[in-house]
Amino acid sequence: MLTQHTVRAYDEELQFLARKIAAMGGQAERMVDQAINALVNADHALAQKVVQDDLLLDEAEREIDDKAILVIARRQPMATDLREIIGAIRISADLERVGDLGKNIAKRVAAVAEGRQPNSLFRGLEALAELALTQLKDVLDVYASRSVERIGIVRDRDEQIDAMYTSLFRELLTYMMEDPRNITPCTHLLFVAKNIERIGDHATNIAETIYYIVTGEQMPPERPKEDRSHGVTLADDGKSG
Amino acid sequence: MAETSTQTRTRRTAKLTAGRLYQNRWMLAAAILAVLAVDLFGAASAGFTAATIVALVLVALVAPRTPAARRLAEASARVERSPLDRLSGEKLAAAVAEPLIIFDRDGAVVHANEAADTAFGAMTPPLPLLLKFRAPEMQALIEAALSGEGTAQATDYVERVPFERVYRVTASAVGRGTGLFVLAFKDQSEARRIDRMRADFIANASHELRTPLASIAGFVETLRGPARNDPNARDQFLQIMQDQTGRMARLIDDLLSLSRLEMKPYLKPGVRVDLRQTVDAVIDSLAPLAAGSAVVVERDFAEGPLEVQGDRDELFQVFQNLLENACKYGRSGGRVVVSMKRSAEARQPEIEVTVRDFGPGIPDEHIPRVTERFYRVDVETSRAHKGTGLGLSIVKHILTRHGARLSIRSKQGEGSAFTVHLPAA
Ligand SMILES: Nc1ncnc2c1ncn2[C@@H]1O[C@H](COP(=O)(O)OP(=O)(O)OP(=O)(O)O)[C@@H](O)[C@H]1O
Ligand SMILES: [Mg+2]
Repeated sequence: MLTQHTVRAYDEELQFLARKIAAMGGQAERMVDQAINALVNADHALAQKVVQDDLLLDEAEREIDDKAILVIARRQPMATDLREIIGAIRISADLERVGDLGKNIAKRVAAVAEGRQPNSLFRGLEALAELALTQLKDVLDVYASRSVERIGIVRDRDEQIDAMYTSLFRELLTYMMEDPRNITPCTHLLFVAKNIERIGDHATNIAETIYYIVTGEQMPPERPKEDRSHGVTLADDGKSG
Repeated sequence: MAETSTQTRTRRTAKLTAGRLYQNRWMLAAAILAVLAVDLFGAASAGFTAATIVALVLVALVAPRTPAARRLAEASARVERSPLDRLSGEKLAAAVAEPLIIFDRDGAVVHANEAADTAFGAMTPPLPLLLKFRAPEMQALIEAALSGEGTAQATDYVERVPFERVYRVTASAVGRGTGLFVLAFKDQSEARRIDRMRADFIANASHELRTPLASIAGFVETLRGPARNDPNARDQFLQIMQDQTGRMARLIDDLLSLSRLEMKPYLKPGVRVDLRQTVDAVIDSLAPLAAGSAVVVERDFAEGPLEVQGDRDELFQVFQNLLENACKYGRSGGRVVVSMKRSAEARQPEIEVTVRDFGPGIPDEHIPRVTERFYRVDVETSRAHKGTGLGLSIVKHILTRHGARLSIRSKQGEGSAFTVHLPAA
């Protein structure tokens, strides 16, 4: 009876960690989405909100760390459970960074909004952010369903994000060279693009952690490129389990 | 009228009494025999015996067939065994067109109907709901339902990727003490999309229409002023104006078809489409353009069935846009190859259609961007071809709806290959 009770409490502790991670993920997804919206629509109030919301993520990370350490100390978990707990610590660190990057984007809204930049730049940033957000969503969906066989698309999309980032980078440089007055706002946009690209990287890190949690192995390295010609895949991979 | 109702009543009474007699036949026969036996042994007068028998028959006629209590019990049993009882929750959920998710006290999915799986991806029980719906307002909603606060709670929920959807979501307990809860979604995306479409349309159209309008206005001015008496210039200007109005008309067509696609991001169930036929029709329909650009279109179709599930007209538009681009931008290569084959490489068998040209190709940094709205690698070349920069974004939209992918490969100086990967039917 007693052992059963202990097992149940232990399970609940692990569930608590998983739920906390999901809630953090939801918050991070929301912050990134709102930061980009604020940037595109020059919405200062929304940007302000994003900056404040970052506190929630910091707090959640601390809470997860504390809880995880407590569980390790009290239960001395083995194998799978230990991976689960260490994984939670790692994922929450990545999510906290995603929140920071969102906050950083929001902080640039005012500087960017000063001069009006060409629409195509914002469309490009939106497209990049959509890729990064899809990446984050898919990865967190896999955390929920544990269906790691779906994780391959994460690598593909990581490549897409890099390619898109490079393209935006060049476009921004061109604008800066055309007219020196563009330099300040375009520099901010460059950082925004870089931040979005890094959000994608964190999502990929999380994918690797999940793979490790579920299988106990490292995620297989990138597949070799089929040929040297440049290619890109635009996929509808949103529907993951 | 009155007569028939009397008739039916008489008939019903007759049936009822006949039934009673029949049901009581054994008891009746036994009683009559007993009375006759008593009569035989001379215990009673013949008149008394006859009267007794008549009385017995009368009782048998009047006595109800089933006791009142049993009749009541049967009536109530009929109510309990109503067709609803035999209906499983699963079937009921399947009949609901909007997403519906049933979950238990631990917040684990017990059942998700088909609409829910389509909208949010397969949810195999016992997927923890709180891990799947991470938006802060959904977390609050589900937690409130689980902790049994009040009855039904509701919130608005926006799912952004892969395309925007807006739902009104209600969470409530199922019955009393079942330990089950239900999350019901009401899709309100359409209203939101109409708003967005209007704003987008105005922003995009006004921006893109300004240039051709300005140029037309300029030519009109010249025609009325300096070039009034110059027939050569007049012809030339009118030609340019005609091209510009053509471009504006195309732009509006493209914007409308893009908006229409965005209005209904889900594909209706669709039919079996024979790609061989569709692609052939596309090639035929673009024969004049190919001839005009001095491009030879070659076919390289694999043997066997090349069928997919989808919307024929939309798929037609996909290949039309790709082939049109190949002829326009790759004309210097002199030929375009359209190939089609089955591929078993992916988890699910796919049909791959590739439109390959041998033109200048697309510089690396532009490849990831060409499906963005209004994105043109070289605005001047595209304008010269009356391009609007919407062709590939329409392609991307249609493919997303078909659960398909587009991959682009290009090497500068060697040409480009656009490949559509469609799930095989
Ligand atoms: N086969 C190709 N080779 C080289 N460049 C291409 C090719 N296909 C597309 N592009 C480039 O991609 C851009 C976007 O193509 P898209 O079809 O979306 O627009 P468009 O052709 O300009 O206009 P529309 O198709 O609406 O008339 C084109 O402007 C062109 O620069
Ligand atoms: Mg085109």
